[in-house]
Amino acid sequence: MVLGGLLVYPVYQLGLISFLEYTQAQVSGGEPATFQGFGNYAELFGDGEFWRVLLATVVFAAACVVSTLAVGCALAVLLTRVRAVPRLALMLAALGAWATPAVTGSTVWLLLFDPDFGPVNRMLGLGDHSWTYGRYSAFLLVLLEVVWCSFPFVMVTVYAGIRAVPAEVLEAAALDGASQWRIWRSVLAPMLRPILVVVTIQSVIWDFKVFTQIYVMTGGGGIAGQNLVLNVYAYQKAFASSQYSLGSAIGVVMLLILLAVTLVYLRLLRRQGEEL
Amino acid sequence: MNLLRAQVRRPWRLAAEASALLIAVVVAFPLYWMVLSAFKPAGEIESTEPRPWTLTPSLDSFRRVFEQQEFGRYFLNSLIVAGSVVIASALIAFLAATAVTRFRFRFRTTLLIMFLVAQMVPVEALTIPLFFLMRDFGQLNTLGSLILPHIAFSLPFAIWMLRGFVKAVPEALEEAAYIDGASRTRFLWQILFPLVFPGLVATSVFSFISTWNDFLFAKSFIISDTSQSTLPMALLVFYKPDDPDWGGVMAASTVMTIPVLVFFVLVQRRLVSGLGGAVKD
Repeated sequence: MVLGGLLVYPVYQLGLISFLEYTQAQVSGGEPATFQGFGNYAELFGDGEFWRVLLATVVFAAACVVSTLAVGCALAVLLTRVRAVPRLALMLAALGAWATPAVTGSTVWLLLFDPDFGPVNRMLGLGDHSWTYGRYSAFLLVLLEVVWCSFPFVMVTVYAGIRAVPAEVLEAAALDGASQWRIWRSVLAPMLRPILVVVTIQSVIWDFKVFTQIYVMTGGGGIAGQNLVLNVYAYQKAFASSQYSLGSAIGVVMLLILLAVTLVYLRLLRRQGEEL
Repeated sequence: MNLLRAQVRRPWRLAAEASALLIAVVVAFPLYWMVLSAFKPAGEIESTEPRPWTLTPSLDSFRRVFEQQEFGRYFLNSLIVAGSVVIASALIAFLAATAVTRFRFRFRTTLLIMFLVAQMVPVEALTIPLFFLMRDFGQLNTLGSLILPHIAFSLPFAIWMLRGFVKAVPEALEEAAYIDGASRTRFLWQILFPLVFPGLVATSVFSFISTWNDFLFAKSFIISDTSQSTLPMALLVFYKPDDPDWGGVMAASTVMTIPVLVFFVLVQRRLVSGLGGAVKD
């Protein structure tokens, strides 16, 4: 079984080495790599577009995380309040949304919001308003799709967590006259804190790295790149305009940001006195 | 308490149930629309008066999907990739999770932290170095170039989750098994494996979905040999930004979503208890 651990390690290290490789070797298409030092970073940081994309990514990811968590938790609580049939209906619908591949989900949402043939504009009486044309409406559309496909994970996990809370605790709180909101805030939330930390961190990681939805729904970053997020930006730099080194530099920036998040997460775990 | 609540708060509960049903309908609506559009005849999808039903369902879109492309081949490719990743990562994750929970060795904590950090690494950021790696090994345009990275990237999360399940199995059980004369291997496969199986299912769901949905690796590594393409790529053939073939896209989407749905329905029960077990830890 130690063998098992050793087996994983090379696979794991493979990822690690490849990650080391790209910071050092700024390879450009098989030619001998020349050492650029911080040249790429200087170029990147000097580019106004990079900062614009970075800001958009952070705001967009934050909006996604907050909405996903709010919807997921609210529905998890709702699940505990209803009888079996509505619960099963909601659960199945959520699992369906969860199971939908990102590419599929993106195209379906595009069709729903299509200016000519989509039912949503029809229902809202918006005529042929195009959702992907404006910067903010395009981001909003992608946000809705992201929330739709990622809230089920939060909902199912939090629901499973609430179910694991002993009924007596809730009963005692209710007998003491606590309101629903109060029960959630003062009893459930603290008890569910480890779970909430896990789902929050996972959501941050996932939403910070949204790629498919942006790529498909805004046609690779929107009109004149108005809907680029870091991930798509790196991809476009690297594979569309063959500036692999710049793309890698963006990747490193993303990595550093997420590592910072990891550190916060580890410190939170530590403070709770949890052993790894 | 439940009785009490039922008397006092009946209207509230009804309101909650009504909203739960309503939300379920809203959440399921995109899926319904997808299937519906796949069955609509061409003229009806591209009508400016979209209707939530169709009186003349047709299989035209599906036929177009299966004929025009080598769709069956892509489907098979996707199945091969997802299947190998699920099996390989489940087995490795099981052994590794057992190793890190049941044995104390040097660097154990370091290893655990690394699993966590590995999860945070944006896979997309690694696409560029991986691309060069695959090129150097001559693995571009092969299914292997998709399988290997996916195994590597689904492992950290799988191990991290499985750890909780292995931990939950009392050590006394292990000792009892040894006293009864079971060997280590026997304990591992005949006792521990069935016990953590729900956890394995839950983690498999994650690796299956991430592999099946993968768009980035397929788009980056399968560059010229379209016979090695997977489903997400095939789907986009129908989606041309200026004049998308909506019927084709929706039919292909339906075909692509069904296996995942089937997989989910199969594991649904175990998934909820599995996630519950992982978080209870």
